[in-house]
Amino acid sequence: MTTPLLSVSSLNKRFGTTIACDDISFDLWPGEVLGIVGESGSGKTTLLRSIAGLIEPDSGEINYRATGGEVDVHLMSEPELRRLQRTEWAFVHQHPRDGLRLNVSAGANIGERLMANNWRHYADIRTEALKWLAAVEIDEARIDDLPRTFSGGMQQRLQIARNLVTSPRLVFMDEPTGGLDVSVQARLLDLIRSLVRDLGLSAIVVTHDLAVARLLSTRLMVMKDARVIEQGLTDQVLEDPQAAYSQLLVSSVLQV
Amino acid sequence: MTRKPVLSVEQIDKQFVLHTQNGAILDVLRGTSLAVSAVEIAALCGPSGAGKSSLLKAVYGTYRVNGGRILVRHGDDTIDVATAAPRTISALRRNTIGYVSQFLRVIPRVPALDIVADPAIEQGVTPDDARARAADLLRRLRIPDSLFKLSPSTFSGGEQQRVNIARAMAAPRPLMLFDEPTASLDPENRATVLQMIAGLRDSGTAVLGIFHDPADRKTLGARDIDMTTCGREETVHA
Amino acid sequence: MSIEPAGCRDSGYNFAYLNEQTKKMIRRALLKAVAIPGYQVPFASREMPMPYGWGTGGVQVTASILTPEDVLKVIDQGADDTTNAVSIRKFFRRTAGVATTEATAQATVIQTRHRIPERALGPDQILVYQVPIPEPLRFLEPRETETRKMHAFEDYGLMHVKLYEDISQHGHIATTYAYPVKVEGRYVMDPSPTPKFDNPKMDNCAALQLFGAGREKRIYALPPFTSVVSLDFEDHPFQVQAWEHPCELCGARDSYLDEVIIDDKGGRMFVCSDTDYCASRRMAASEAAE
Repeated sequence: MTTPLLSVSSLNKRFGTTIACDDISFDLWPGEVLGIVGESGSGKTTLLRSIAGLIEPDSGEINYRATGGEVDVHLMSEPELRRLQRTEWAFVHQHPRDGLRLNVSAGANIGERLMANNWRHYADIRTEALKWLAAVEIDEARIDDLPRTFSGGMQQRLQIARNLVTSPRLVFMDEPTGGLDVSVQARLLDLIRSLVRDLGLSAIVVTHDLAVARLLSTRLMVMKDARVIEQGLTDQVLEDPQAAYSQLLVSSVLQV
Repeated sequence: MTRKPVLSVEQIDKQFVLHTQNGAILDVLRGTSLAVSAVEIAALCGPSGAGKSSLLKAVYGTYRVNGGRILVRHGDDTIDVATAAPRTISALRRNTIGYVSQFLRVIPRVPALDIVADPAIEQGVTPDDARARAADLLRRLRIPDSLFKLSPSTFSGGEQQRVNIARAMAAPRPLMLFDEPTASLDPENRATVLQMIAGLRDSGTAVLGIFHDPADRKTLGARDIDMTTCGREETVHA
Repeated sequence: MSIEPAGCRDSGYNFAYLNEQTKKMIRRALLKAVAIPGYQVPFASREMPMPYGWGTGGVQVTASILTPEDVLKVIDQGADDTTNAVSIRKFFRRTAGVATTEATAQATVIQTRHRIPERALGPDQILVYQVPIPEPLRFLEPRETETRKMHAFEDYGLMHVKLYEDISQHGHIATTYAYPVKVEGRYVMDPSPTPKFDNPKMDNCAALQLFGAGREKRIYALPPFTSVVSLDFEDHPFQVQAWEHPCELCGARDSYLDEVIIDDKGGRMFVCSDTDYCASRRMAASEAAE
């Protein structure tokens, strides 16, 4: 019997008197893509950032089954956590500028994680960077250009390449297609979908866009007012939503 | 000869509570029971609103039922879809239950060939073999080779329907659910699809479907299940 | 070459300008820096009677370690006779009354900006560097909170990003000064804006090397015989600069050369940047000729 890759139990997080995450528990299994949907302010991004070790929850456990054994994310020392974050994990930010170094070239952006993992052969790093540019459909001739000369969609694809280059096992994505126009979104979604499948990644994707959730995730959690009010397979939640808010969310999607 | 059914639906209820419409309650299934065995085709019959599609979705695990059991033989185990964890349902869908909906859910930019090959790849078939199998099925369903590399988003309704059927056929599972598979097809393709479904049955599959046209049910030699009587009345097409 | 003997100190100042409390504070920082080679120790940098950028960090370190018996040498870009070197030398003659020299071999304390003397230093010598920006990661990661963590966690991937950028833009590592080094396999350190030509001299050096950054309020150190390795890539190994011609004054082929413009018609010559090294070679040559 396999065990979950990640187990979150009774996670709580407040900001002052505002409750951002209220007693949240769930498991993520290997190869699974979990979508977290809900309106702005429902606590989904706080949940994601807490799990990824970017903010400290007030209470609760986050157990991750690392290659070297199970760890509690918030009991790890900071260097251990950082090592995890730059090897087995990846975090794709909504705004590429939060996840990229805009003042170094595309190639160096992709190569940074490799160098942080002690790659010391320039030509090898370069070859790997070219491979990843191709994988995210960026012209290889752009390898030495600064990301600031890229379009928003290209920047986001570069951020994904930069994150996936070390073959992480778990990827966190915060509104990965937010702020992109629809045609660029479709291309990016397809790219993420195939990378996740081809690399056998597990992922947690936060989005307020149900179309994104449907396309990427195997399972969905609906959040409202800091709580998980419903969860199930993606088609279960979208086609047979039980909670009043989930029904409202699903029925609010514009059909084209 | 008694054969243990692949699917036994026992007294299931399905109710929709529409919170957005003042809590209106829709009873779509009430105490429905039926069973389907290997090497047979069962057809759900009844007027619109009798709960035919809902039943298929309940068996596939998309609709969560309010009562009753949906027992499916999964390898050596029997799993109750009504209470199974999402992960178990995922495993069921990968290896045990196939579902052909009325409409193809198109994924932007993914070519028809890959859409068809996907479920087979998920079952562990090598991508090359899966694509070869997919191409063969698409040709049998008269989809021209020139369309294989295109996303079906621009295809006609009939073409999309055939891609959808090919997708299910490329990864046959012991229990196959069909929701009006021939609805938008011309006579030639309709005949091919019916042939394929009969072929599935002959190779040992349990088939449960909605076939609007009585002629189709006759061609398939299906056992009709009357949904208006909660599955209690059956007619067998000789 | 001669020593200008110790002279009379201006009694209006405490010995070497700084008060004793301040010197103690700086010595404590120096001790910590020596104990953790390559680690940047914060210290309470004082206002000095010269502007930042003129070597206030180096001057405070020198002031804290000087004894009345020391012989001080000050160089700027290798030369003893440039404005900065001359005025710092004068400063310490006046406030400490110590002996000064231009001869590397005779000095016990050498304060430097931008060079390491060509002549190998000995165990009884201390080299004090003036440092403008002590943080090697600064240009890629401006947040001090973050760079301190990167040092603490030995999280140095970013340092190679800079070298990667060099190669991708210039075909080779184009960083020629302030070339980052790793100290005793642990801390990445900025060797101050010395040319990378001097990096190998830092490695396993017999003298104590102290670094002072006044504006940035940081002190760091290399105790004698510390391992100092220049960062590089396997397929782009660290290399020092080389010149096609020897020094046009002394004929040295092993020293760092400055380009000197000699007229307004485009005439130029390459000569040793280390004026003492060049002069002593010329003197030795003329003695041999006699």
